Amino acid sequence: MASGPGTLGMTLPGSKARNFTGTVARLFSIMRPDRFVIVFVVIFAAISVFCNVLGPLLLGHATNIIFAGVLGEQLPPGVSQDQAIAELQRSGDTNQAQLLASMTLTDGIDFNALAMTVAAAVVTYGLGSFFNWAQQYLMAGVTQRTMFSMRRDVDRKLGVLPLKYFDSHPRGDLLSRVTNDIDNISTTLQQTLTQAITSILTIIGVLAMMFYISWLLALISIATVVLSLAGTLVIAKQSQRQFKRQWDWTGRLNGHVEETFTGHDIVKLYGHSAASQRTFEEANDEMYHASFRAQFISGIIQPAMMFLANLNYVAIAVIGGLRVATGAMSLGDVQAFIQYSRQFTMPITQLASITNVMQSGVASAERVFELLDEPQESPDPADPPALGRAVGEVVLEDVHFSYVDDEPLIEDLNLSVQPGHTIAIVGPTGAGKTTLVNLLLRFYEIDSGTIRLDGIDTADLARDELRRVFGMVLQDTWLFKGTIRDNIAYGAGPEQLRAGVTDEMICAAARSARVDHFVRTLPDGYDTLLEDNASNVSAGEKQLLTIARAFLSDPAILILDEATSSVDTRTEVLIQEAMARLQAGRTSFVIAHRLSTIREADVILVMDHGSIVEQGSHEELMAQRGFYYDLFMSQFAESYDEVSDTRTP
Amino acid sequence: MTISLLRQYLHPYRSALWAVAALLLVQALGTLYLPYLNAQIINDGVVTGDIGVIWRTGALMLAISLVVGVVSVAATYLAARNAMGFGRDVRASLFRQVDSFSLSEMNEFGAPSLITRNTNDVQQVQMLVLMGQTMMISAPMMLIGGVFMALHQNVRLSGLLLVVIPVMAVVVGTILFRAVPLSRVMQSKLDALNDILRENLTGIRVIRAFVRTGYEQDRFERANEDITDVSLRLTRLFALMMPSLMLVFNLSAVAVVWFGGGLIGEGEMPIGDLTAFLSYIMQILFSVMMAVMLFLMVPRAAASAERIQSVLSTEPSIQDPSSPVPAPGSGSVEFRDVEFRYPGAEEPVLCGIDLRLEPGRTTAVVGSTGSGKSTLINLIPRLFDVTAGQVLVNGVDVREQAQEELWAGIGFIPQKAFLFSGTVADNVRLGRRDATDEEVWAALTTAQAADFVREFSDGLEHEVDQGGANLSGGQRQRLSIARALIRDTPIYIFDDSFSALDYATDARLRTALGRDPATRRANVIIVAQRISTILHADQIVVLDHGRVVGLGTHEQLLAGCETYREIVSSQIDESDLSGAS
Repeated sequence: MASGPGTLGMTLPGSKARNFTGTVARLFSIMRPDRFVIVFVVIFAAISVFCNVLGPLLLGHATNIIFAGVLGEQLPPGVSQDQAIAELQRSGDTNQAQLLASMTLTDGIDFNALAMTVAAAVVTYGLGSFFNWAQQYLMAGVTQRTMFSMRRDVDRKLGVLPLKYFDSHPRGDLLSRVTNDIDNISTTLQQTLTQAITSILTIIGVLAMMFYISWLLALISIATVVLSLAGTLVIAKQSQRQFKRQWDWTGRLNGHVEETFTGHDIVKLYGHSAASQRTFEEANDEMYHASFRAQFISGIIQPAMMFLANLNYVAIAVIGGLRVATGAMSLGDVQAFIQYSRQFTMPITQLASITNVMQSGVASAERVFELLDEPQESPDPADPPALGRAVGEVVLEDVHFSYVDDEPLIEDLNLSVQPGHTIAIVGPTGAGKTTLVNLLLRFYEIDSGTIRLDGIDTADLARDELRRVFGMVLQDTWLFKGTIRDNIAYGAGPEQLRAGVTDEMICAAARSARVDHFVRTLPDGYDTLLEDNASNVSAGEKQLLTIARAFLSDPAILILDEATSSVDTRTEVLIQEAMARLQAGRTSFVIAHRLSTIREADVILVMDHGSIVEQGSHEELMAQRGFYYDLFMSQFAESYDEVSDTRTP
Repeated sequence: MTISLLRQYLHPYRSALWAVAALLLVQALGTLYLPYLNAQIINDGVVTGDIGVIWRTGALMLAISLVVGVVSVAATYLAARNAMGFGRDVRASLFRQVDSFSLSEMNEFGAPSLITRNTNDVQQVQMLVLMGQTMMISAPMMLIGGVFMALHQNVRLSGLLLVVIPVMAVVVGTILFRAVPLSRVMQSKLDALNDILRENLTGIRVIRAFVRTGYEQDRFERANEDITDVSLRLTRLFALMMPSLMLVFNLSAVAVVWFGGGLIGEGEMPIGDLTAFLSYIMQILFSVMMAVMLFLMVPRAAASAERIQSVLSTEPSIQDPSSPVPAPGSGSVEFRDVEFRYPGAEEPVLCGIDLRLEPGRTTAVVGSTGSGKSTLINLIPRLFDVTAGQVLVNGVDVREQAQEELWAGIGFIPQKAFLFSGTVADNVRLGRRDATDEEVWAALTTAQAADFVREFSDGLEHEVDQGGANLSGGQRQRLSIARALIRDTPIYIFDDSFSALDYATDARLRTALGRDPATRRANVIIVAQRISTILHADQIVVLDHGRVVGLGTHEQLLAGCETYREIVSSQIDESDLSGAS
């Protein structure tokens, strides 16, 4: 036990975890609340191993009882054991004489003694299995509780990580840390911990028994085991190389398949089928060769181990047989020894496979811990001021900001927004129009300067308090899997939640968002489930639902994204009306795509390449003839002029 | 399904499969012979004290071990080759089959599903073939051989098997019977947890803006409790497996010694047979266990095989005519009373379409979502077949033309600009393989892509990730336009291909297309949402609910088409119109 799984793991090649012992120690510290249970797990495992090691000895004893009876019956009637030995020695059959001298012969099998031994074996094996089950049962609890708390920790962590983390890490990677990695750790804990303990204890117990029975046979067995381990390592190293090749080709092949199938129409219409076919065949062939080699070489391990085990078996049978014949060993001992030698190879191969499982488990744990150790958002101030019902006055003073050091995006931004005003943010695609939203809601922290809300520095506020002031309607309509009712109710603030969100409130919000009628045409009305690929609700209708959600939250400040792609004309009109109603009486920041919004905005912020390049009213900016002028002329003027020309002849 | 797939694709390997079976038979015989020899050592050598017998038998055992080892390696070699060859062949067939699919089969299966079938599913079945060869063949052999040898050793003692095998089957069966539905529940709980997590990650801004982090954590916590509960039950169930199996194994050994002792006492059995019998019973139980484990693999692999087979047995709905009519020409397109409906659909997607699209002219197609715009243009390269009427390209029905030749005359730019991994130049040259660098640059320039390509440090050699993931949507669209332009085809079809471009780029691109001699003489068909994109088209087709409700120039339509006016006014307010003058 003292050698621990960690040290064993280090001896094998291909370790992937960077800080193996540290990670294992941390994993154990998570299981600390269960440490007493773990003590029992270890004790039970030890009992179970003890019983299973004792079993073959008892069975060997039973064989000896039978053998003694068999030999005893072979004695001529009336001849005692001593007389028979003397007779044999005289006739020169010293081997046989020594065999007889080593045992206490009985006249026929002593069934009483046999029954006792067999009964003892039944009890021993029964206890062995019971304690084995008990320790696994307990360990299952430990594992699952640990996994529960790890998943919870990760989820809590996701709640306090800065937005920067989510924006800079692929979603798939995060997902896999919470699901695949934790799953992997769970398997590792459940399998390796108890198996490592039982394997090591079994090896010790069996070794002791083997040496107790015959040191010669024990040495032979150990030599075999060392040989087979060395062989396995050599083969495993070879096959690892082949497996790597196999995975490389698998990756390439899958990539090609993915690409070809996804771009199926292009591949065909551009007459690329034949070339694509050739690339596939080539990769498919390479993969065939690599995977065949990998499977073959790793497949050799089993027969090679079996051959060595058989070699061991033959050696024990021959040498054991010789020694029994000379009386140096009992038959039961040989039989027990054969069973021990079988028991001996199993935990060793198990340990070998455990180290592999453990490597990947610890690597997974490391990935999870890495996530848990990510720097989190700066804590909220200790005693933040309460905001109450915000008026919606926003002032930015000398604001500096950059996503990446040394690449300043916003420098010296000054902006004063009166309650109820509309700020239009315009700029070409990819100009970073969401940056300001990130700063206002403190998704990202500004580098210097201040942002004041109703005269209070937002950095002094608790983030949640600040964010309650805002309502958002974004282009990608985020709705969760649940009913329409729950999705609208999502906008409710803490007071509303405390008082309870009534159906009337939800319907009123939906009416204001012009979506009540639509919802009522659905067979399940407000109880309709929204699914990922819901075909019953179109993109435009989803947008209306997010507007309803914003209505319910009744924010002082609004953030709107006007982009409405893949929405048909009639729904688009509804969305515009709903947005206009939502804006009434609120300060709003609008990522603007519509001419009327821009013209009526109190301030226009013009963005390009991530930074704010111009600021002012439409007339001011047009008079400047700068970036905005060009942008406006190219985006709107053409259609605007021509349409108006044709309309006003 | 599984059987027919296996039969068809294992057919070329049948002689190697037989060889594997033969080798495994030798292996089984050898393995079973060893305990018999061991019994001989005890009976004829140890008990009688004949050391010569012990040595001779020992040597024989060693020789047999060696044979077993060599035979096993050979079997592994052949089995691996068969299984991997099988996988390769199935993959190749699948790939070819999918390549022959037309758009409707692609839509029916969906590209992601087809990808999984070509990768994971084949892998599953391939593993079954691999394991199946070694275990499925050797497990019954060891079982039958073991039973035979046990009977040979002692018939009465073999009666034990009648008790032990059913007991073991019941134990394993009961546990699995309860575990299978439980693991299904487990999977659904895991999916639920993943769903919540995915929602939390995609909606992180909304959640934080609405201050709902706590609420989301509660949802996660509940899902977490659910999954912990189910997986605890599952692991505890599996905790029964090994101990009870070991108990069956061990108690069988005890029973052999007890009943064997009785038989030996009666003189029914020599004592050495006891050891051999113990070995046989262990081998029998072990092979039963293996067989059970293998059967756990079968349903999963069978599901995969079924998914593979359903792709292989799907005939592409669109195939080349037996004697294709060549249709050279300058690129005229004509729709004659075209109707299209999806199989089984009540309402047609398109109905009564009569249109003539001429080379040298630009035709724009507008309409709200679901009006049938994309379907209309997909009929030109015959991605779908009409259900009534005719589509003619260069005066010949597209169904009478060879598909490759038809496609060679069309530059198609899809809505979703899909790029392939490789360099920028590779992607553009997909349009025409022998294009020179100058030609590539010319196409990029017209497509308004030259500027950003020039900004890459490695220019044309800039690596594009799979799907074009390292480029912006607008950049992808411009590259996919360049890819089409370099083909210099008589017909160009733009399926809403300007949507990711900002208005300025859109305008510049349209100007460039108007100047490019290749597109000037071509028949250009544009599907678009933005009015500004289509203002200058020679004719505009207005679609509504699958019918042409307007045809003419912008001015004509503004005057005479209500649907068109609605579309225009949704993009430019009445107030703007009046306020402008």
